[in-house]
Amino acid sequence: MIKIENIKKSFGDEEILKGITTTFEKGKTNLIIGQSGSGKTVMLKCLIGLFQPEEGRIYYEDKAIQDMNDDEQRTLREEIGMLFQGGALFDSMNIEDNVMFPLRMFSSQKKSEMLTRVNEVLKRVNLENVNKKFPAEISGGMQKRVSIARAIVNNPKYLFCDEPNSGLDPRTATVIDNLIQEITHEYNITTIVVTHDMNSVMEIGENIVLLKNGLLVWQGTKEDIFKTDNEDVTKFVYSSDLFKKIRDIQISEQ
Amino acid sequence: MKYIEDIGSYFMMLGKVFSSPTKTSVLKELIFKEINDLIIGSLGIVAFISFFVGGVIAIQTALNMDNPLIPDYLVGFATRQSVILEFAPTFMSIIMAGKVGSFITSSIGSMRVTEQIDALEVMGINSLNYLVFPKIVALLFYPFVIAISMFLGILGGWVAGVYGGFTSSASFVQGLQEEFIPFHIVYAFLKTMIFAFILATVPSWQGYYMKGGALEVGKASTNSFVWTSVLIILSNYIVTQLLLSS
Ligand SMILES: Nc1ncnc2c1ncn2[C@@H]1O[C@H](COP(=O)(O)OP(=O)(O)OP(=O)(O)O)[C@@H](O)[C@H]1O
Ligand SMILES: [Mg+2]
Repeated sequence: MIKIENIKKSFGDEEILKGITTTFEKGKTNLIIGQSGSGKTVMLKCLIGLFQPEEGRIYYEDKAIQDMNDDEQRTLREEIGMLFQGGALFDSMNIEDNVMFPLRMFSSQKKSEMLTRVNEVLKRVNLENVNKKFPAEISGGMQKRVSIARAIVNNPKYLFCDEPNSGLDPRTATVIDNLIQEITHEYNITTIVVTHDMNSVMEIGENIVLLKNGLLVWQGTKEDIFKTDNEDVTKFVYSSDLFKKIRDIQISEQ
Repeated sequence: MKYIEDIGSYFMMLGKVFSSPTKTSVLKELIFKEINDLIIGSLGIVAFISFFVGGVIAIQTALNMDNPLIPDYLVGFATRQSVILEFAPTFMSIIMAGKVGSFITSSIGSMRVTEQIDALEVMGINSLNYLVFPKIVALLFYPFVIAISMFLGILGGWVAGVYGGFTSSASFVQGLQEEFIPFHIVYAFLKTMIFAFILATVPSWQGYYMKGGALEVGKASTNSFVWTSVLIILSNYIVTQLLLSS
């Protein structure tokens, strides 16, 4: 579980997060949705400590990161898996070494054991026979999947994904969404996914947080999202023609 | 004001480089990789430049002494003095600021802009130790590069002097031995070590704290070359003043 209280973050004069309070539950896929530029990535980076918010507190279970000493923070970070929006693969390493990296850093496994684990996660993201290639030699969608593999390889307790399926075809995107949800349930971890993809919302939205202009404007489940008359939600959801049509069909059927 | 901040952040960076070290087995591998990239990878250009510049120094010295009272061995003597005191340690280091320095800045800088450094930090790795410490260790081998430069510079002088018909081998060698002051070697290698530290850390600082995108990586590399050279020249002046002028 991750709980945040009144997080504020500015860059220069521009206030990006204007005081956000919410709880992300364990064993559930928590989604942060919102328009481009609404502060989703900034919020995620505050959660993992890459940005220091000016105000507010962030609790992992019962302990605030602000109260942790360096060692405690480091231990916490070993339990975090993070997928960056741009992938952030190490381009000096091949795919296998990229995925193996967290294992090499933090586990005492033998090389052969690590390799077995690496191949296992690569298979889960539908990637085989790319082990020896370098990030620059595979497609953007494949890079994304490698990053997911790297994020989950060390069985994190907290999984953060910044737009895991942008740049993927609908089929692969669904596979990745389902994989994230499976892992979340299987290991009972706290997962936070940033997305503006309505398909993901429908697939895995167990707890959805909608950001707008640096504020949390709505929170609920994927079932709630179609029932609410919250204007911000309807604007976000029905910005897609497809969902508008689905709604019209539902209304006409009633 | 900006400069004071920069100096502050440079020394803070150094503090972090030497704290919470990366796993030893990984660090070892990184060090070997840096030795390969920064040291071994520079030998070719260093050898080439040293040999030919050494030759030019010998030819210039020979051409400039018309006075018959000046002894023949001066060609060897002048080559030795210029190569050992300045050319190999200082000017080679300026060239390395261009080669090694901008390589370091652009490789760390592109890791910064593509969030690879953030990825290291999120995993709980001290990214400064991971990235910069191996470079500092690798550049402990930099004096070997400079020793090779000294040797080849003098060899180049000998080849150009003797085969160009400017001096005889015997008097060139006599010049090499004339008034030899061992402390000059100490001085040359002492400043080489200082330059090595500058070469490893200043470009790293430039890359690590850069902001922006690919274009800024290019700018940071240019800046890095300018600042590294300026600092090398300045510290050369200070060390020379302190060690040789008393
Ligand atoms: N490092 C930074 N320095 C200054 N401003 C920043 C920085 N990072 C983000 N911002 C600003 O914060 C705002 C929110 O950015 P953020 O990346 O969180 O958007 P987002 O919701 O993730 O959008 P997208 O869906 O396009 O990824 C933007 O206006 C951006 O300009
Ligand atoms: Mg974003």
